[in-house]
Amino acid sequence: MKKIKSIDELINLKEAALDKIKERQLGDKTTIVVNMGTCGIAAGAREVMMAIIDELDKRNISDVIVTQAGCAGMCQHEPMLEIIKPGTPQVVYGHLDEKKAREIVVDHIVNGRIIEKYALVQQV
Amino acid sequence: MYHYRSHVLVCSGSTCVTSGCHVVKEAISEEIKRQRLEEEIKVLETGCIGFCEQGPLVVVYPEGIMYCRLKPEDAPVIVEEHLLKGRVVEKLLYQDPSTRKPVPLMKDLPFLSRQTKVAMRNAGLINPEDIEEYIANEGYFALAKVLKSMSPKDVITEIKKSGLRGRGGAGFPTGLKWEFTAKSRGIKKYVVCNGDEGVPGVFMDRSILEGDPHSVIEAMAIAGYAIGADQGYIYVRAEYPLAVKKLQHAINQAYEYGLLGDDIFETGFSFDINIRVGAGAFVCGEETALLASIEGRRGEPRPRPPFPAEEGLWGKPTLINNVETFANIPPIILKGGEWYASMGTDKSKGTKVFALTGKVNNTGLIEVPMGISLREIIFDIGGGIPNNKKLKAVQTGGPMGGFIPAEYITVSMDYESLAELGTLVGSGSLTVLDEDTCVVNLVKFFAEFCYEESCGKCAPCRIGIKRMLEILTRITNGQGQERDIKDLEELSNYIKNTALCGLGQAAPNPVLSMLRYFKPELEAHIRNKHCPASVCTFTLDSSCQTSAVGGVR
Repeated sequence: MKKIKSIDELINLKEAALDKIKERQLGDKTTIVVNMGTCGIAAGAREVMMAIIDELDKRNISDVIVTQAGCAGMCQHEPMLEIIKPGTPQVVYGHLDEKKAREIVVDHIVNGRIIEKYALVQQV
Repeated sequence: MYHYRSHVLVCSGSTCVTSGCHVVKEAISEEIKRQRLEEEIKVLETGCIGFCEQGPLVVVYPEGIMYCRLKPEDAPVIVEEHLLKGRVVEKLLYQDPSTRKPVPLMKDLPFLSRQTKVAMRNAGLINPEDIEEYIANEGYFALAKVLKSMSPKDVITEIKKSGLRGRGGAGFPTGLKWEFTAKSRGIKKYVVCNGDEGVPGVFMDRSILEGDPHSVIEAMAIAGYAIGADQGYIYVRAEYPLAVKKLQHAINQAYEYGLLGDDIFETGFSFDINIRVGAGAFVCGEETALLASIEGRRGEPRPRPPFPAEEGLWGKPTLINNVETFANIPPIILKGGEWYASMGTDKSKGTKVFALTGKVNNTGLIEVPMGISLREIIFDIGGGIPNNKKLKAVQTGGPMGGFIPAEYITVSMDYESLAELGTLVGSGSLTVLDEDTCVVNLVKFFAEFCYEESCGKCAPCRIGIKRMLEILTRITNGQGQERDIKDLEELSNYIKNTALCGLGQAAPNPVLSMLRYFKPELEAHIRNKHCPASVCTFTLDSSCQTSAVGGVR
């Protein structure tokens, strides 16, 4: 480790370190809820979730919480996920795979565009 | 850098260690591996969360859900249900004793939500073994601010403005102490951190050293700058091996990052810190005895003045503050003295950590603003008395403090109000007594403690406390005499006025407090050979019992 010589270096280190503990910062953040019931897992929800985490990582997005929920009762639409973004309508996406999941991260999370063709339900 | 989906924080303060947190952590890690989640979920250790009653504790982020009283057998359920499927495991959550409803979120716990954390701001939130997590929470920014933009005088003014008083027991204004030491003449000065926390039932210093060691290191460097010292010593008692280990690790890290050592932030200011481990004597928490112990001499107090601010370690001016006091310094520097002074009462500013123990539902460490009522602490935060028993009194200040009887439950918790009641804030121990506790017996226990811990240097303490203990032992055995009350009172006042150091001067406090509030109970022991709480067992000389077969009394 290089020694810290100035306040700027300390600030830089803080920014980098904040990223490391961002999972522990509570607050108004966008949440991606992946349905992880037995049905979801069987349909590939785990791969979907890993793709999302990977995509968020690649794009260095740190203010998004990825969490899971149980079966939503619409097992035929699995894998499903829900995006809760403060101030915008909640959207449930269904019939996902890794590719679609990555698209959702890019379009919905980054650019704020809801991908209607994947959406199952949209709260008005 | 890889991002984890979830962080699982296992509380690893000494209390949770003793209730088995390592096995729980191991089991959770094992189970996470078995479910192939190790790339998504990070398990790490953190410092004491304070809710020790409910240990071992585990907090799962990002949700902030707390599980308590975990056993290794619970690991598979938590991992499969919560971490894999996202379903909170209700039966392992904390249950509100009054509503019988589980409380999932840590921030909603009445025990935690009513607290104001300053000194313990990071404990339980960060990994104490990673300096970067401390830096992420504004760590070392106070040191940077002080070195780059403040003069030593500014620093002392800011501390004085905050109204911070020594949290070790005496409550001496910290800013004044810094000023005295800064004004003392001398080329070499020292900063000493008193981590010899010996009062039974008190463990906030340990918790801070284990959970957030960098806050103490940073504060000591700030103090060094303010008074003109370049060397610091942290005196930790040998009974705290985990604290010593974490502290040493933190010091090494601080050196590695250039936050200790020579030329910090390229300002020309240098500061070194060494750890000194005590040998387990209670009296070494007294500042002059502590300094003697650091010098390698026998841990015995000496008369003051000269105060350590003038003649301390090796005869040089020395600033000595307690762990909790130091932990308050970085936020005061960053947020300003006025911010700190806005909490608390007129003369007692800021927050204080109390160790809540005894007959109360939620035991553990709490940090609250000064001036909070005792009722709020015992009933709102502490969750009341178990088994529907009645509150009898609260003992504060440890073996050298006094009692607050139940009728004074609304007292404001600050230095002045407690002094009026004849007790003290001390290092922050709050022992709750219910109707089943015998005050006389408890006072005897405290006298025993002080008798054993007296260093023996001065006669009032060495002989006086022994006599006091003899009288109390007699009373609790049912052989009390009418004159004992007068004797106790006289003896107490003699010891109080003539003992050399704080230990002896304060040792009679429990006796005096008992005489003030619980005289009828003492009289019952002496006159009627009766213990109202049915704790003391009397050996009676009734004729039928002495003649019983085998001499069984």
